[in-house]
Amino acid sequence: MRSNLGFFSDEKFRSIFFQTLVVGLFALGLFFVISTTSYNLEKRNIATGWSFLQNPAGFDISFSPFLEFKSTDTHLKVYFVGVLNTLLVSITGCIAATILGFILGIVRLSSNWLLSRLVYIYVEFSRNVPLLLQIILWYSILIQLPRVKQSLQVLDVFYISNRGLYSPRPIFESGFSYVLIAIVLAFISSFLINRWAKKRQDKTGQQFPVFSSSFGLIFIVPLILFFILGSPLSFEHPELKGFNFKGGLVIRPEFIAMFLALSIYTAAFISEIVRAGIMSVSKGQREASAAIGLKQTWIMRLIIIPQALRVIVPPLTSQYLNLTKNSSLGIAVGYADLVHGFGGISLNQTGQAIECMAIVMATYLSISLTISFFMNIYNRSIQFKEK
Amino acid sequence: MNEMNEVRKPPVATTGIIGWLRINLFFNWTNSLITLFVIYCLYQFIPWILDWTIFSADFKYNYLGEQITNQEMCSRNLDPENGGACWAVIYVRFYQFIYGFYPKVEVWRVNLAYFMLAFALLPLLYTKLPYRKYFLYFTYIFPVIAYFLLNGGLGFTEVSTNKWGGLLVTLVLGCTGIALAFPIGIMLALGRRSKLPVISMMCTLFIEFIRGVPLITLLFFGMVMLPLFLPEGIDMDGLVRVLVAVTLFQSAYMAEVIRGGLQAIPPGQYEAAKSLGMSYWRMNLLIILPQAIRISIPPIVNTSIGLFKDTTLVIIVGILDLLGIGRGTLADTNWLGLSYEIYFFVSLVFFIFTFGMSRYSLYLEKKLKTGINMGAD
Repeated sequence: MRSNLGFFSDEKFRSIFFQTLVVGLFALGLFFVISTTSYNLEKRNIATGWSFLQNPAGFDISFSPFLEFKSTDTHLKVYFVGVLNTLLVSITGCIAATILGFILGIVRLSSNWLLSRLVYIYVEFSRNVPLLLQIILWYSILIQLPRVKQSLQVLDVFYISNRGLYSPRPIFESGFSYVLIAIVLAFISSFLINRWAKKRQDKTGQQFPVFSSSFGLIFIVPLILFFILGSPLSFEHPELKGFNFKGGLVIRPEFIAMFLALSIYTAAFISEIVRAGIMSVSKGQREASAAIGLKQTWIMRLIIIPQALRVIVPPLTSQYLNLTKNSSLGIAVGYADLVHGFGGISLNQTGQAIECMAIVMATYLSISLTISFFMNIYNRSIQFKEK
Repeated sequence: MNEMNEVRKPPVATTGIIGWLRINLFFNWTNSLITLFVIYCLYQFIPWILDWTIFSADFKYNYLGEQITNQEMCSRNLDPENGGACWAVIYVRFYQFIYGFYPKVEVWRVNLAYFMLAFALLPLLYTKLPYRKYFLYFTYIFPVIAYFLLNGGLGFTEVSTNKWGGLLVTLVLGCTGIALAFPIGIMLALGRRSKLPVISMMCTLFIEFIRGVPLITLLFFGMVMLPLFLPEGIDMDGLVRVLVAVTLFQSAYMAEVIRGGLQAIPPGQYEAAKSLGMSYWRMNLLIILPQAIRISIPPIVNTSIGLFKDTTLVIIVGILDLLGIGRGTLADTNWLGLSYEIYFFVSLVFFIFTFGMSRYSLYLEKKLKTGINMGAD
């Protein structure tokens, strides 16, 4: 039996043989693709290389809140504007989706039947309708808002119209950096106080008012400093001039549509994750903590949530990754993110599809890897530690 | 002694309608307040939405009794006080929503394909079907039949894919993507768990790369980069290029789901199969995969729901699926400004499909729980 297969019956030989075969075929395929591609590129007169990044873009970007962008700027700057816009909508979306998702997940478990049914209906509708459709729907609602002249006014300082939300722009004067430094210091010191208080409580059982002291450090001290320095912050209000507002801070409808759709869609998934997490904590835990006389809010904070988080965090991470990747749908409403600005307009103008797509894909990969990396660290810190 | 004889009130009812209401809606005063508030909001909202969608809406004729052929004839555009949704746009454009621009004389072929699709899915979804084996043979040859039926050839006149649209494209993309991604996903999952380091590394890199980038970049890849990779003379159809991207995307997700199933198979199964002298492929095909796939069916359905929703992304590269036809209709001056009606309709169609699929996966999960894990705890 064995002998008629010869070498082939030897497992080690077979493994090396197959792997060499696969590598060989892969290399052959790669060679074929590269040679046809370079032939095709030459034939179509498409330039190669990275020098196009330094060429002027020649188009305008309507939404660039962090960098000033002119049409004479380079494609490289288009890329940076795109990355910042992608990050902006992803980060704000993740924060909003987390808050909304946690609230809805808890409400879904509420003993009030009507409330929990309402959340159920919301979850099913927003999970089962394509995100792209939701983005387009929000956008079409936003651009049907009244024109600038008839814009809705909220609290006398915000103006909502079909061109977006106009709000006062904060202008930081010279002394404001001290306030910022004070806030950062306050965060660091309240973190240290928290650690110290926990250690002391473990040792002596005495409690320290961590919450009120942190609140005081973070809010009250910088506020006092702010007034001592003579309020170094003023606001530039938007003013209606002609057909549009001048000055102020404008949040474009493309961004608002993306933000609303992404956070509402992802919140539906997060609420289900939170619900499953809370339900995974066994009933005995709640009863035991009630039996030792813990208050209802403490039971949630000290017993249920820490145990639920262990179940919640891994799927939550993949929701954050999904939201970040889904932010690429901004192209459908003209939100100038990475895919729309650099992967879309720059690609069309330069024709260098391979370079542009490679950069866009590499950027998304690195954003995804960064999110996974930090969430894995967080996940490890909350997992059950066996002693 | 008198205290002993004092009459105590009976405990409050916890059964019946009153008891149910008391526990679920009016448990304490905050709960009651919330309930009343929610009821008030629903009281404000539900009559309005019912009025807009049904009672004041136009379905085919406006309130003057004329048949609606453009948006100016909608009741609400004739008289803003007197009209809700204008569903006539769906009525007039229904053909396009379902078939795209497929020639009217050939449309029976699409209808036949839809009908056969239902038959092909039946033995997959309902495992207790009598004569399931024969139905499954039909399922295996269905893709070939559907290809010739929809695309032409074998005596049928050819209908180029740029005439396809609407639900047809959505279903073609969704079904083909899922069906092709399934075997590729299995191979990738086996490859990732392979003991051969080169193969496992290549599969891992492929899966993680695809999962790390958005689908839209893969669609761009299919649209703008794929033609550059292919030798001259091979001109790929637009729909095929999109299908390549969608399949690559879905197979990476499918692979991860199946890998989860493979990991759940106890090592004893591998050892038992090997001790019977089975080869790697026989072991996987006959022992491991049937078990692994069975437990990973619910998550497979869930990723399929995701793919079904994601097929809408093809509108960005210019293919007219259901949503694409909706947007096209909105761009038509005859139907300008009816965005809510159109998006409502498209959402409803997607909702019916995806909600149905998610209910099915829940049903499977329940069945699996009672079937396999019985007595495992």
